[in-house]
Amino acid sequence: MRSPFLRTFRIIFSSLIFICFFLLFADFKYLIPSKYISILLYLQFIPSAVKFYDLLTLASAGFIAVLVLTILTGRTYCSFLCPLGIGQDIFSRIGGRIRKKFRRYGFKKPFTMLRYTLLAATLIVVLLWGVYLLTLLDPYSIFGRFMTYFGKPAVIVLNNFVAGILGKFDIYSLSHSVVTKYQLLSYSIPVVFLLLVGGLSLAKGRLYCNMICPVGTLLGLVSKVSLLRIRFDEERCTRCGRCSLGCKSSCIDFLQYKVDLSRCVSCFNCIKICPDKAMLFGIVKLKKKEHQTDPEKRRFVAGMVLFLLGLPQIVRGQDKPVPVPQKASTVKENRTTPVCPPGAGSIEDFNKHCIACSLCVNACPNNVLEPAILQYGVTGMMQPVMNYHRSFCTYNCTKCTEVCPTYALKPLLMEAKKLTQIGKANFIKDNCIVKTEKTACGACSEACPTKAVFMIPYEGNLLIPETNSDICIGCGHCEYACPTTPYKAIFVDGNAVHQAAQKPEIEQSEIEIPVEFPF
Amino acid sequence: MKRRDFLKKSAGAGLAAGAAVSVGRYGYPWVSPPVSAKYDMVAIMGGNPDAMFDLGIQELGGMGAFIQKGQKVLVKPNIGWDVIPELAANTNPLLVKRIIEHCFKAGAKEVYVFDHSIDNWVNCYKNSGIEKAAKSAGAKVVPAHTENYYQEVDIPGGDRLKKAKVHELLLEADVFINVPILKNHNSTRMTCSLKNMMGVVWDRGFWHANNLNQCIADYALFQKKPALNIIDCYNVMVKNGPQGVSKQDVVQMKSQIITTDWVAGDTAASKMLGVETGKIEYISLAHKLGLGNMNIDSLNIKRIKM
Repeated sequence: MRSPFLRTFRIIFSSLIFICFFLLFADFKYLIPSKYISILLYLQFIPSAVKFYDLLTLASAGFIAVLVLTILTGRTYCSFLCPLGIGQDIFSRIGGRIRKKFRRYGFKKPFTMLRYTLLAATLIVVLLWGVYLLTLLDPYSIFGRFMTYFGKPAVIVLNNFVAGILGKFDIYSLSHSVVTKYQLLSYSIPVVFLLLVGGLSLAKGRLYCNMICPVGTLLGLVSKVSLLRIRFDEERCTRCGRCSLGCKSSCIDFLQYKVDLSRCVSCFNCIKICPDKAMLFGIVKLKKKEHQTDPEKRRFVAGMVLFLLGLPQIVRGQDKPVPVPQKASTVKENRTTPVCPPGAGSIEDFNKHCIACSLCVNACPNNVLEPAILQYGVTGMMQPVMNYHRSFCTYNCTKCTEVCPTYALKPLLMEAKKLTQIGKANFIKDNCIVKTEKTACGACSEACPTKAVFMIPYEGNLLIPETNSDICIGCGHCEYACPTTPYKAIFVDGNAVHQAAQKPEIEQSEIEIPVEFPF
Repeated sequence: MKRRDFLKKSAGAGLAAGAAVSVGRYGYPWVSPPVSAKYDMVAIMGGNPDAMFDLGIQELGGMGAFIQKGQKVLVKPNIGWDVIPELAANTNPLLVKRIIEHCFKAGAKEVYVFDHSIDNWVNCYKNSGIEKAAKSAGAKVVPAHTENYYQEVDIPGGDRLKKAKVHELLLEADVFINVPILKNHNSTRMTCSLKNMMGVVWDRGFWHANNLNQCIADYALFQKKPALNIIDCYNVMVKNGPQGVSKQDVVQMKSQIITTDWVAGDTAASKMLGVETGKIEYISLAHKLGLGNMNIDSLNIKRIKM
């Protein structure tokens, strides 16, 4: 096949896929039903492989389909299906525009040592311990985190701007959304990766995919034996070298009529570029470019870095103000275990299966999840953890368990979720407003969906909270609602192994239906 | 113009436009509600929420006695909880719908409905059935879940609550109709008309931390008072309030109280709930501040049984 439409087809197809993934993560109105999400995620290599490892069912065998596809057509996955890969293509295109004149890649030697070492290290860690390195290096997860930290906030800021203007005209069909603030430190990983992946793709095309990405390296090994591949028609070729200069994988050595199949992502740019129709998709080559500093570009890069560092600051201003009671609370909460989302089973199990794509963080309608910094230790960085200072887990909701692509959060029926104890509430009487201020409060008990936090008589007319751990599910609404600072008077300590809570006791009320007005 | 310059300029212009629209503040040119009703309070028992309201409002001279043509009306139900209507944690949607219909019939230009919910607002609006009911009657259901919908106001004479951020539509509306549902409350013992105001302010945590009962009474000093309080006592949560756990917490009282005096309304409601009025501290605090009359025996009450 030498049709230039191969490239057009690739661009249209991959754009659609990219838009789907963008909407999936930027869906701050929670409109996309979970069933569509699982269809979209079916062919994502790492999520599917991790899920398959657990379930061994065809329903989770998407990655096998990807391997078959690679044997047939080479690394088309990287160009057609990988959201991070497609995103890099968009960056490369912008990079080409910034340069104004046509940007030239040229053939480069592969980083053989580096890429195979990374692949081997990832495989060893995964086989021996769990998904730890994958959480950092899986391309889908990296894309997910970019969306969580930069893409979705940008969409919400835009929405709020428009909603603000419409609001002035009495139109409330668009509503404001809060841009989620994450802890400053947790921005470090996505920022580093954005600079790395973004920078490499702006300047060097698919270098990230061919040097660091373990999925790219693995599929590269498979594609060496692929059936369909990019190759030269040596009779037609005039050795003009345009194919090589336009190859974003820098894998065409035109002097030797060779295409490095382990790096070729089947983007078909060479087919389109070749004036002699000498490149075809059906077996088998070079060169370089000079360096020059461009002050405009440096300013642009510096501006972007400042923007990325500033974004968390802009975002931080949007939190609920902390109410200030008369006296500060004095007893520090004694937290021993982080709270892991429902469906995880146990923290240990969860840490082994979660690839930190942060889809659940985005899908949570209540914004209670955030990527962990060190709550789970170094190995669990970026895996989701409950933050009850920002929000709480909605009683009637199982969204995170529905969207999880790896089964790290196993699906829970609503009734089962309502009885899944992910932590237990602990009351610190010495911090409580009722004791310190001698005034009524009850914010915690008001919020409790099971009445595991209830009120008992205290001094005079006052009532004070009391907890019942048996029916507590650890949703954290009490902790969120508690108005004391700097320490809460009630907090949820996580269960390392999730437990079954008892059903709340139901008693018929003693008050009877009135027949006369009591006044 | 270079593309970069264009981007810079348009970003600047966008920011300026955004700043300009957010600067405007509200004045206070409110029309005071025309109160000249025959009774201080109408209590109805034995019908459906909408039918009881039809009868009750008629006794007070119809909605036209409270709304003038072309006015903007705010109807503020309780939509605090993500539960179905049968659990009675939120105001009855049928009642909300009928009130809105009466407002439009009386010539209201626009009717708004919102509540600063406690659970996730989208779920609350939807699962309470109120969003659908209000929209079907023609009202605008407005978000109230982010701080930018709120404006800071003074509470003159407030003891603990001296300032509060209230929803912009409370300030914008010409007429404010308070539609609480009567419920047991875990710490104040009852939530009704006065406590329903925790859903028009942004920072509820401050109230909890600074003498809840006093703050509830203080807020009632704020000049934008309800023209009418319509208390939904159809299904009444008598325990485990204000959220409730099961249907067993609910008693079907099939009643409704309509009054211009919210302190009196809450006093009557406390008797429906079977709680000693004296134990609900904010009622007597509000009474002392002169915000209403808790001695309801001295009031002119119309009682109707259907």
